[in-house]
Amino acid sequence: MSLLNIFDIAGSAMTAQSQRLNVVSSNLANADSITSSDGQPYRARQVVFQEQALGGATGSGVSVIRVIEDPSPGRRVYDPKNALADGEGYVTQTNVNVVDEMVNMISAARAYQNNVDIMNTAKTLMLKTLTLGQ
Amino acid sequence: MNGLDQLIQFHQHALNLRAFRQQLLASNVANADTPGYKARDIDFAAALRDAAEGRGTGGLALGSSDARHLNGTRADEPAAVLYRGVQQPSIDGNTVDMDVERSRFAENAVHYEANLAFITAQIKLMQAALQG
Repeated sequence: MSLLNIFDIAGSAMTAQSQRLNVVSSNLANADSITSSDGQPYRARQVVFQEQALGGATGSGVSVIRVIEDPSPGRRVYDPKNALADGEGYVTQTNVNVVDEMVNMISAARAYQNNVDIMNTAKTLMLKTLTLGQ
Repeated sequence: MNGLDQLIQFHQHALNLRAFRQQLLASNVANADTPGYKARDIDFAAALRDAAEGRGTGGLALGSSDARHLNGTRADEPAAVLYRGVQQPSIDGNTVDMDVERSRFAENAVHYEANLAFITAQIKLMQAALQG
């Protein structure tokens, strides 16, 4: 029954979007981190979505194929009294752009809601189909 | 085929196509942020006409010189899947337009329910005729 596939499709999208939300929250939490466990400043991470074929079905879901690190340079702030300042007195902070992350968060939340609606509609249709002829 | 089957067969085809289309539209919404994904849909009117006349999926068939040759069309798809025309192209190659997808999805769901109502009514009609 092809309506059942909608649960897989919308479910995969919800998983992917929540993963994106997870990455966004990690970025926002570290928006002011100066250093991380490896001594380098934290780098913003982004998820990469890919279409994911479901076995035998025509419709396709979505999955996160990898998480990439933003290669752009971090912000440099002049703060000579900081213990991590370099020879010129600058501290390299993260390259997290808070505005970008907020936009990303709203986008992920909306996409998640859309998929919840899709799943609810499919469920309603299936339940109505089960009461067919009564 | 007897009359009882024929009575609701048309609605059965329609319901099949509606369920299939619902699945495609769900895929479009799921892949709204996937780079390079192209939105898909079916030509419902043409697909229903093909199904009602028993012509299969309506896609182009491969020529063959032997009955055992593969026919090149997917038997598990009730209709030929087409790509939707692009209205607002985006730089990552994704052609999903959320307004379009959501409105088509809602429209398709209503049509699906309408088909269910038709079938229920047909069954009631037949029961009334049987019970007298």
